[in-house]
Amino acid sequence: MTANISKDTLMLMLERMWRIRHFELKLTEMYNAGEVGGVHLYIGQEAVAVGACAAMRDSDYIAGNHRSHGHPIAKGANLKKAMAEIFGRIDGYCKGKGGSMHLADFSVGILGESGIVASSVPVATGAALAAKMQKMDFVSAVFFGDGASNQGACHESMNLASVWDLPVIFICENNQYAVTTSYKDTVAVEHISDRAQAYNMPGVLVDGQDAIAMYEAMTQAVERARAGEGPTLIEALTYRFEDHSLGLEKIRKSEYREDSEIDEWRLRDPLDLLTKSIVDSGTATQAECDAISAGAHAEVEEAAVFARNSPFPDESELYKDMFASEMPVV
Amino acid sequence: MSDKMFMQALGMGIAEEMRIDPKVFLMGEDVRASVYGAANGLHDEFGDERILNTPLSENGFFGAAVGAAAVGMRPIVETLTSFMWVGMDQLVSQAAKMRYMFGGQATLPVVYRAVMYYGGGSAAHHSDRSYPVFMNIGGLKVVCPGTPADAKGLMKTAIRDNDPVIMFEDGTLLATRGEVPDDPDFTVPFGVANILREGTDVTVVAIAGAVPHAVAAAEEMAKEGVSVEVLDPRTLVPLDKNAILNSVGKTGRLVVADPAAKVCSAASEIMSIVGEEAFWDLQAPMQKVASLQVHIPFTPSLEKLVYPTKDKIVEAIKKTMG
Ligand SMILES: Cc1ncc(C[n+]2csc(CCOP(=O)(O)OP(=O)(O)O)c2C)c(N)n1
Ligand SMILES: [Mg+2]
Repeated sequence: MTANISKDTLMLMLERMWRIRHFELKLTEMYNAGEVGGVHLYIGQEAVAVGACAAMRDSDYIAGNHRSHGHPIAKGANLKKAMAEIFGRIDGYCKGKGGSMHLADFSVGILGESGIVASSVPVATGAALAAKMQKMDFVSAVFFGDGASNQGACHESMNLASVWDLPVIFICENNQYAVTTSYKDTVAVEHISDRAQAYNMPGVLVDGQDAIAMYEAMTQAVERARAGEGPTLIEALTYRFEDHSLGLEKIRKSEYREDSEIDEWRLRDPLDLLTKSIVDSGTATQAECDAISAGAHAEVEEAAVFARNSPFPDESELYKDMFASEMPVV
Repeated sequence: MSDKMFMQALGMGIAEEMRIDPKVFLMGEDVRASVYGAANGLHDEFGDERILNTPLSENGFFGAAVGAAAVGMRPIVETLTSFMWVGMDQLVSQAAKMRYMFGGQATLPVVYRAVMYYGGGSAAHHSDRSYPVFMNIGGLKVVCPGTPADAKGLMKTAIRDNDPVIMFEDGTLLATRGEVPDDPDFTVPFGVANILREGTDVTVVAIAGAVPHAVAAAEEMAKEGVSVEVLDPRTLVPLDKNAILNSVGKTGRLVVADPAAKVCSAASEIMSIVGEEAFWDLQAPMQKVASLQVHIPFTPSLEKLVYPTKDKIVEAIKKTMG
C-alpha cells in the first residue's frame, strides 16, 4: 500500500496532519476560553489537504476556502504567523487584516482563502492560465466544499479549464454537509466527481480519510496537469468531525446529523489510518509516530504564545495595502 | 500627433503596451473578432496566444484574470459595464479585496475594460453607467477617459499600473475624434485632472460622456459673457480633489455633470468633498446634472430625457449665476 511513497513523504504527511489537528484542538481550547471567535475547524479532513499538498511542489499554488486552516499548514505555512493572524495581530500572515478565513501565505504558494464560497475557484484557474501562457510547469489546486460545488463559479471554472487544458486540480472536499444541508439534497448526481464528464475531464472519487489514497490520486492529477493534459476533478469523501463552526451548535435550532453517523466516521480518523499504515508496513514505529505528534503539539503551543504576545496592528496600518501604488485612499 | 477616433486610441494604447510587455494579454468574449471595435487588428498582430476568446462566463474569466495577475501576468479583460454584474463577485471579493485582506501580499495588475453603452435605445439591461458603484467598493482604480488622447494615455497607464483598474469606455464617445500623440512613451497619469477650458466664473466638472456637453455649454455661455472652467477628473479613483478645490476656489461656483444616475453618483461624491472642504468658497448652491434616477427606457422619447445634455448644463450654470 505504501510501496510508492518514501518514508520521508509519509512522515512529512503525518507531521503536517498532526500540526493541523493540534492547531485546531488548540483553537477549540482558546475558543472555550473566549480568546478567539467561532472559526471553521478542519478536524476530520486533514488527509485531504495534506495528501494533496504532499504531491505538489513548493512552486505550485493552492487556494482554499472558509475552512482553510488546514490548507496552508499542509502547504508548509508557518504556524506562528497563522495563529497570530487568527488573533488579528501584526505578525499574522496578513497583518491581522484577513483573519481565520484568509490565512494566505504567498511565499509558499498560497493564493489565499475565500470567505465567499467558491470564489477562489476562478482565481486558482487563472493561476493555471498564467502557467500555461508562460510555458512554466507549475500547477495550481483549489479546495472547495460540496456546497461550493453548486456555485456557478465552480462550473464556469471547470469548463474554462477544460476548454483551455489548464494545469489546475479541482479538489472537492465532500464532507457531506454545507452547514446543515446534506449534499444529497442539493447535488443532482450521485457523486460530485460524476460532473467531470460534463467538462470532459477525469473525475476521481477518493477516500478522503486516507492520506495515501489522496496523495496517489493527486500525484496522477498533477502529472497530467504538468504534462499539459489539463485539469482533473477529485472528489474526496470526508467528514468534519465537529460542527460547521465553533459555537454553531448553540445557535442552530435542530440537529442535522445522527450521532451514529458521526461515530462511524470517527472510527476512520485520518490520523489513525495513516499511523496504522506507517506502523503496519514497518516504515516507522509507533514511538516515532508519537514523537511526531508530540513535536507538532509543542510547535502549536509555541505558536499560541507567539500569537498572544504579538501586538495588535497600530492605527497607521488602517489604510495600508488598499493599493500597490502610493496614493490617498480618499 | 494624428487624428484618431476614441475607439482607435484605446486600441493603440493596448497594442503599444502589448508590444513592450509580453506579459500583457487580452481576454474576453469575441475579442478576436473585435465586436466592440477597440481590439481591431490585435488578433492579427498578437495571435491566438495573447488574444483569448472566452466562454460566456464572466465570473469565471474575471476571476481567472485575478489569478493570472496574482502570479505575474498582466491581463486585460474586455466586457460591457452591463455584464459586470454577472462577474461582480470576482471584481469585488477578489480583485478589489485581495491585496488588503492578505496584508499587501497580492499584487494584481489587471485591467477590466468596461465598454459603457447608453443612449442608443438599448434599454435597461445594456445601458449601465456603473462607475460610482466601484468608487464605493475601494481597492479598484476607476478611470473614465473623456477625450481620445486620454483614452490612449490612460489605457497605457492602466496596463502599466500594479493595481486592478476598471476603464470605463463611454459608448457615446467611441466615435468622437481628436488629436492623439503617436509617441509610444506618451501616457496620462492617474489622479491628475484635465482642465479643458479655463474660466473664472463657474467650474463645471464633467465626467466621461458629459465632457463634450460641458465644453459645448461653456462655449455657449462664453457668448453671454460668462467664463466657464471645464475640468475633467479623468480618474475617479484616485480623484484629483485639489484641482477641483482650486478651481472652485477661483470661481466660487460648481456644476457637476455626470452620466451616472444621480443618487450616490460620482457627482454626489465630488459635491460632498466641495461641501466639506470648500463651503466658504461657494457663492451659490452647487448644481448636480446627473442622469435621472430611473432605469433606462427603450423608447427614444423617454430615453432622451434621462442624461446630462448641453442644455441642462447651461441651465445649471445660469442657476449658479443667479
Ligand atoms: C456565497 C456564499 N454563500 C453563503 C455563505 C455562507 N456559508 C459559509 S460556509 C457555507 C457552507 C459551505 O459548505 P461547503 O462548501 O460544503 O464547505 P464546508 O463548510 O462543508 O467545508 C455557507 C453556506 C458564504 N460564505 N458564501
Ligand atoms: Mg461541506
